[in-house]
Amino acid sequence: MKVGFVMLVHEALDRAQQVARHWARQGAPVVIHVDRRVAAADFQRLKDALSDLEQVRFARRFRCEWGTWSLVQASQAGSELMLETFPEVTHVYLASGSCLPLRPLSDLEAYLAAHPGIDFIESVTTEDVPWTVGGLDQERFTLRFPFSWKRHRRLFDGYVRLQRRLGLRRRIPEGLTPHLGSQWWCLTRETLTAILTDPRRSEFDRYFAKVWIPDEGYYQTLARLHSRQIESRSLTLSKFDFQGKPHIFYDDHLQLLRRSDCFVARKIWPHAHRLYDAFLDPSNAIMTGAEPNPGKIDRVFAKAVERRTRGRPGLYMQSRFPNPGWENGKTCAPYSVFEGFAELFEDFEEWLARLTGARVHGHLYAPERAEFTGRQPIYTGGLSDNAKLRDYNPQAFLTSLIWNTRGEHQAFQFGPRDNQTIGEFFATDSNAQVWVITGAWAVPLFRSRRDFAELRKEAARLQKIEAAHLDVLRSPHRKARVRIWTMADFVEAPMEPLQAIVDEIGARGAKRLTEVPRMVDLTGFGSFLQRLKNAGMKPHLMGDFPVGDGAGAGSRTPSPRPNAAGMR
Amino acid sequence: MGVLRSYRLRLERKRRLWRAFRKRRELDRVADRTAQIREGDILLFSTLRNERVRLDYFLDYYRGLGVNHFLMVDNASDDGSAEYLASQPDVSLWHTAHSYKRARFGMDWLTWLMRRHAHGHWAVTVDVDEFLVYPFCDTRPLRALTDWLDASSIRSFSAMILDMYPKGPVNEAAYTAGQDPFEVACWFDSGNYTIQRNAKYGNLWIQGGPRARMFFTERPERAPALNKVPLVKWHRSYAYVSSTHTLLPRGLNLVYDEWGGEKASGCLLHAKFLGMLKEKAEEELERRQHYANSFEYRVYRQRLSDNPDFWNRWSEKYINWRQLEILGLMSRGNWA
Repeated sequence: MKVGFVMLVHEALDRAQQVARHWARQGAPVVIHVDRRVAAADFQRLKDALSDLEQVRFARRFRCEWGTWSLVQASQAGSELMLETFPEVTHVYLASGSCLPLRPLSDLEAYLAAHPGIDFIESVTTEDVPWTVGGLDQERFTLRFPFSWKRHRRLFDGYVRLQRRLGLRRRIPEGLTPHLGSQWWCLTRETLTAILTDPRRSEFDRYFAKVWIPDEGYYQTLARLHSRQIESRSLTLSKFDFQGKPHIFYDDHLQLLRRSDCFVARKIWPHAHRLYDAFLDPSNAIMTGAEPNPGKIDRVFAKAVERRTRGRPGLYMQSRFPNPGWENGKTCAPYSVFEGFAELFEDFEEWLARLTGARVHGHLYAPERAEFTGRQPIYTGGLSDNAKLRDYNPQAFLTSLIWNTRGEHQAFQFGPRDNQTIGEFFATDSNAQVWVITGAWAVPLFRSRRDFAELRKEAARLQKIEAAHLDVLRSPHRKARVRIWTMADFVEAPMEPLQAIVDEIGARGAKRLTEVPRMVDLTGFGSFLQRLKNAGMKPHLMGDFPVGDGAGAGSRTPSPRPNAAGMR
Repeated sequence: MGVLRSYRLRLERKRRLWRAFRKRRELDRVADRTAQIREGDILLFSTLRNERVRLDYFLDYYRGLGVNHFLMVDNASDDGSAEYLASQPDVSLWHTAHSYKRARFGMDWLTWLMRRHAHGHWAVTVDVDEFLVYPFCDTRPLRALTDWLDASSIRSFSAMILDMYPKGPVNEAAYTAGQDPFEVACWFDSGNYTIQRNAKYGNLWIQGGPRARMFFTERPERAPALNKVPLVKWHRSYAYVSSTHTLLPRGLNLVYDEWGGEKASGCLLHAKFLGMLKEKAEEELERRQHYANSFEYRVYRQRLSDNPDFWNRWSEKYINWRQLEILGLMSRGNWA
């Protein structure tokens, strides 16, 4: 059992040198392919630095470019040199210059010995591959790619489009089923020899030379022809982000890498001194014999991809400002809006807070100021109750409030006196629950002692505003959950809605209501509405309140049902 | 964007570069160590006036992050700032006594220096009271970030200004040279910011924080902009438009994701609100060299005489970048 390493190197030559030395010192042959684009002097320096090691050889150099055939040529050259020069090698491990061995060589060899004749190469049919750069999977194998993706993106894309339009397709060589996978593999001598000495190799090479990213397909496809047994996973821990670019490991990943029990990780940031020092330290060669377990690292990187592509719902900040419709949640948590309740009940805010545990604010969009709970001048996150600041960006005010209070349920009062611009926002927010008693804004007018002509004017104004707001709440674009009662209906049977509210918000287990808020005295409200009518206005949002003063209905005991007795 | 608008922005960029070219004569070389700059070095650009007390910590902080060379313009300091800077081995210093205001608040000078020296380098452009915090800044040097940005083909990195303030009256928050300013001013507002998109330049316009809350309740629209793009892989054809809030070409301002995701971003901790602010405000007002007729400084003078206290029970005490990320002020994006 002997593993030989083929290393593809194109930058950070010092680190590659360290790693090659690390493997060679433990007795493994190493063949290094250095990209032809690396300056001759740098190459020479690397060669000189490793000249004391008999086990290290240098392969014929190719000029390498990402996504092209040259990378396969490089690994072929390296593999051939390895198989020729070191007949004792039973497995060839393809690695890069930015790989870092995490476990001692003997551990890897013991692992391979325990899995005799198995080729560790990720090899998946194109239908089953979730990762693709530029949306190309099956087409990698059926189109031609003569243009560089890195340098001539437009030509590349244009030629792909042209081939699609003309329906041009390449023929896949007889007997091949395209497979894809990580380009970092560990193959047995038998399989690798069979691939490299296949009588049809020149035919396959010609074909793969024009496949897109052939280093992720060449060995992965051909191994399927020659391998006795494939274990479809890579022994190299290598994660990719949403753009198909490898994630990079830094010093602070040390513990994660240790616990992963993987044999090799890539890519390592060349300046991650702690990682190189820790894992290349010969005294650190503790054999664990454990099965590689990259699960935790997978989660860290999966979360990063999630954060980059979906972000945190309801968050608006310097590097996340979604276009309308792309918020993935206009706010970050459910909240409730109450319209008319604080007008109809004297102690609604306190009552609701007591029963549901929610944070209950007054009219957050009142013209005078934002009525935070407890009427605090400043609230979480430093939100000011100043109306001008709030009205400068009413939407940001609400989204910030909901974001700042994550973990709590916010509830606030709203009505036609308030800044209306926020209405459309919460009406189209699926996190909003809106409870409306229409026409209840008339109650404070009814109870005020202002001049009647003024009251009439104000009533007309508020009614118009609320009617417009109700249109928004009833619009087909509405996403909020909206319940609307006319004041007359609500006063007739308040218990059911109140119970529903507590059930919806309350996290304390739905119970029968034991206490209800105190309804204001509505004696004379009917005749107040009649006076408005007599003055030429038509108060229609309250519903059908019995006309005439002191008629009983619509006053202190609104309902014939016993629950009205609960109104203290 | 239409061809015409795109062409107009191009002209605007050229005009700014031309201004910077004309203003180059206003700069006198005091200490030119730019020959030390090596390929791949991270450079820092800053204009200052009478900031001697801040300089020790400022230089140490950015050296610690891995800035290789400082290119600074001294606008006629008389408190020893220039002498101190000129004696530092990694600082190149220019002097000018010309108008800060007429050099577009120093940006013309810096644009010229950046055009000359920053091409192909990652460049940090900050004031001496701004301290860059980025994801993993406690475990990874700035070069780790710039390498990652390079590998991701990202040219510019956003860092919003976060105004830091002390607990108690500002005028009583004493600061001594060399001290970490955030030992004194370690509080900030975590969630009272507003964002608008600027259609012309494509950048976000962020306002809010303690300054808006304390000083701009009557005129919120005049509250200072907090969005900044202080870290850019510089090209000689780039130009900052207004301070480091906006850049041209416009693509550099797209530091935010529009489809729901989060891009990586940081914060500039702003150590403005310390004891010396009152004197500074008076001095700056006398010079009348600041933005919008020094409206901001006029407000400061007016309000600082009341010796304001920014602190309230909702103020957050600064811990580290992870805290800022959890609060939603910055993000790791897909850097993990």
